[in-house]
Amino acid sequence: MTTYAVERWTRSGRVTVGAAAGVLLVLALLPTLATGLVIDKLTTLFIYILLAVMWNLLAGYAGLVSVGQQAFFGVGGYLALRLVDAGMTPYLALIVGAVGAGLVAIPISTFALRLKGGEFAIAMWVIAEVLRIVVMFDPLVQGETGTSLLALNAFDPDLRRNLTYWLGLGALALMLSATMWLLRSRIGAAAQAIRDDEEAAASIGIDVMRVKQIIFVLAAFGCALAGTIWLASAITFLPRTNFGVQWTVFMLFMVLVGGLKTFEGPIIGAIIFFLLQEVFGDLGVWYLTGLGVIAVGFALYLPDGLWGTWRQRTGIDLLSGGVMLKNPVTVKRAT
Amino acid sequence: MSEEPAMVQPMLEGRGIDKSFGAFKVLKAVDLAVASGEAVGIVGPNGAGKTTLFGVLAGALLPTAGTVRFAGADLTGTGAAARCRSGIARTHQVPRPFLGMSVFENALTAAQFGAGLSGSAAEDCAAEALERTALLNHANRPAAALGLLDRKRLELARALATRPRVILLDEIGGGLTEAELGLLITLIGQLKADGLTIVWIEHILHALLKVIDRLVCMSAGAVIAEGGPDAVMADPEVRRAYLGGSL
Ligand SMILES: Nc1ncnc2c1ncn2[C@@H]1O[C@H](COP(=O)(O)OP(=O)(O)OP(=O)(O)O)[C@@H](O)[C@H]1O
Ligand SMILES: [Mg+2]
Repeated sequence: MTTYAVERWTRSGRVTVGAAAGVLLVLALLPTLATGLVIDKLTTLFIYILLAVMWNLLAGYAGLVSVGQQAFFGVGGYLALRLVDAGMTPYLALIVGAVGAGLVAIPISTFALRLKGGEFAIAMWVIAEVLRIVVMFDPLVQGETGTSLLALNAFDPDLRRNLTYWLGLGALALMLSATMWLLRSRIGAAAQAIRDDEEAAASIGIDVMRVKQIIFVLAAFGCALAGTIWLASAITFLPRTNFGVQWTVFMLFMVLVGGLKTFEGPIIGAIIFFLLQEVFGDLGVWYLTGLGVIAVGFALYLPDGLWGTWRQRTGIDLLSGGVMLKNPVTVKRAT
Repeated sequence: MSEEPAMVQPMLEGRGIDKSFGAFKVLKAVDLAVASGEAVGIVGPNGAGKTTLFGVLAGALLPTAGTVRFAGADLTGTGAAARCRSGIARTHQVPRPFLGMSVFENALTAAQFGAGLSGSAAEDCAAEALERTALLNHANRPAAALGLLDRKRLELARALATRPRVILLDEIGGGLTEAELGLLITLIGQLKADGLTIVWIEHILHALLKVIDRLVCMSAGAVIAEGGPDAVMADPEVRRAYLGGSL
């Protein structure tokens, strides 16, 4: 019997996690220092990062390219509205609503995941549209007119802003940790195997459907959390906006520009997108088209995105790294 | 008609296997039984249906008719993943590595899922599989960086890391130099000595003959001869179908 040593965390990886925890702490304390405007902007940034990380989890790590993640973004917000209408405290309803959207994802997964590639992508878009139409039938939503989460007006505006900010930060921290943990677990390895070759993955004992389902439901929950936090900061719920396909364009842009299949890429992509949004966000449909063109350009000419390309050029990897067998030849020793 | 001793209970058995792709009948009533610890070679011309038979045995393909039994249980309707976990491993004729992962991660994932191991047991199992297949030096390289020969080795390493009871090898020796082929034959011989049941599709007859107990020849979707290697190769039908008169 021989034993081999492995390394799951590089030094730079540990340093990065430590630094991230520090940044998180500073961000958590920020409402005591920063202006309301800054807090609102950062809440939006958290939502973008969350969406990007979730889309990358799906497409980058499990090969599930969905153009319908707005389904869960919208359903989460809708369920939160419904729960508040039934008497639940708003901030609890935002969380429970997202959990509800995660549950909705389970039956959806059982048939959507039978489809492959482009068929899956289109099916997800159709599902998002169907859900939007179904939700519009609810009198509470008032069709295209939409509705508002008026219960939030009962909170002092500053408190409300800070609570939403903390909820966003907490959700982001939770989902970043969950994603990192998942990707480093055997489920993460299985997802990547499925992404690379589904038949080969099955041939080494991986239950393809079950692994895809875990990833799909987690990503749905994350997108739904983003949707409920968005609802809390925007107050209004418009089916056309909350179930809008623009969310998918945003996610695609952030992940493709930042770097598919890396942990860091989507975060960088989200920050770039956030800055662009600050400058060009009011330009409407041309802006959206421009985002799409840039995303396609990246997919064609820089498929590894900014972070992926940087990592290849420099060899610097902070968080994406996998399992290393240490000094494969020399560490072998008898036990 | 067979002078072979009857098997008490075959380890792996396909009985009456038909497989059609649309109107094209690729396998026609194929019977194959492999005893525990036995090494069976399969030869046959291109397109005979050898790889398709492996697909049916490993659960990647559902047969149009017939049954697959393994260690006494009917697995005909069971998927590839469950069959692997119960002990059937296969290598693919055209290697199918997980290109986004390292060589070690490829094997580790196989150990975690196929062998159901976790923690350091999985890591040791994966590293041992790489060591046996002479891939340990490449452990931390991306699988995408491997050439064809190393990708074939990785197929074998990954299959071994699932801790199989039966291994289905599909043209694992093709394209190797004589020296490399020698190492491969030694390795497969060791696996057999360890008690692994082996089914090996190979066009390189002299390599097969060093390891196998029994030879099966397929042609046009059917088994046309089986038994001792010399008897099979001397069979006139085999010479006609497989060797095309070239020998
Ligand atoms: N998925 C498929 N769809 C349609 N036809 C297929 C499929 N897979 C295999 N075939 C056909 O079935 C026949 C048998 O193929 P198979 O790969 O099993 O042959 P083989 O004996 O392994 O040949 P080789 O020695 O060339 O590897 C071939 O004619 C092939 O074209
Ligand atoms: Mg073949």
